[in-house]
Amino acid sequence: MAAPIGQPRVRLPAQVRAGEIIEIRTLISHVMETGQRRDQAGNVIPRDIIRRFEAKFEGELVFAMDLAPAISANPYIAFQFKAERPGRFEFTWTNDAGESRTATQDLRLA
Amino acid sequence: MRRAALVGIGAAALVAAVALAQGGPPEPQRQIPNPMSGRHFATPETLAIQDDDFLNPAFLWVEEGEEAWNRVEGTSGQSCASCHQDARETMRGVRARMPAYHPRLQRVVTLEQQVNICRTERMGAPALPIDSRPLNAITTFIALQSRGMPVNVDISGPARPFFDAGERFYNTRRGQLDMRCGSCHEDNYGRYLRADLLSQGMSNGFPTYRLKEQRVISLQFRLQGCVNDVRGEAPPMGGEEFTNLEFYLAWRAQGLPVESPSVRR
Repeated sequence: MAAPIGQPRVRLPAQVRAGEIIEIRTLISHVMETGQRRDQAGNVIPRDIIRRFEAKFEGELVFAMDLAPAISANPYIAFQFKAERPGRFEFTWTNDAGESRTATQDLRLA
Repeated sequence: MRRAALVGIGAAALVAAVALAQGGPPEPQRQIPNPMSGRHFATPETLAIQDDDFLNPAFLWVEEGEEAWNRVEGTSGQSCASCHQDARETMRGVRARMPAYHPRLQRVVTLEQQVNICRTERMGAPALPIDSRPLNAITTFIALQSRGMPVNVDISGPARPFFDAGERFYNTRRGQLDMRCGSCHEDNYGRYLRADLLSQGMSNGFPTYRLKEQRVISLQFRLQGCVNDVRGEAPPMGGEEFTNLEFYLAWRAQGLPVESPSVRR
């Protein structure tokens, strides 16, 4: 039983000029259970982590990351992107069970 | 010499008499008159997380708390907002003056307990377990509305016996290590306890996102950790002892800005 993937937060800079390198910041609520811990009865708590993060811009993969059990709960992921044209970002977080959560945000150029 | 000493005693007696005439116990004196927030003992890396509201994971709790604030629960069909409207205005300063004396219950209550009093008495909803995620979310959201305001609890009048009980708990040595709270947080702050820099134990940042727990914790959860660390038996969260202690701790931090939700290691 995988824990639900929480509400994602995504932030793009408000004012972006064409050709500018911007930082895209994301945060998602998730337990990131390592699979190494035991509960009070001594049973192993099954591993349950976000396994992969992908960011697509206008359908094209621009950033991806494989996550590992040592990464803290509520993973914060930031990456840089060169803004050439306006368009739509799609961010996807996928857990061990294969369930995923998606957020979209539009990039507008000033 | 003798005469001077007698005058001295006379003056002391006079001060005591004035205190009695005013009908109150003497003003307590703080061991640390100019307290320092826990942020002075945190690493720059930890503070970078705290000082950025996007990066600070406690804001996930703030968002959950804001949702819960507007969600109708219980038999009377009400939400927090039904009575308190916009928390940004009505809850401003609440975290700074809690815990506070509750006249009808005739005891001091914490912010957590006050939320549950509202839920059970006004909303007809079940009380949320102390230190549970939904309760910490609401208290974090409420506490945020007081960010930057100085801690200012009222220990006068009927609240005083609860303050005194909290002070007694603070100064009582306990556990196999035979330590009082002040053994670390008054006598040795600023020094290392193995790899940890001891703070003054100021409570102005709670509820806090604790990196060790990877979640927002309430003050009383942290207090349990402290008592366990000196190998004592911790009283239950939400009980009388910790509530009085939380009240005393707030007075120790009087004047420090509310920093909730802070981030600590």
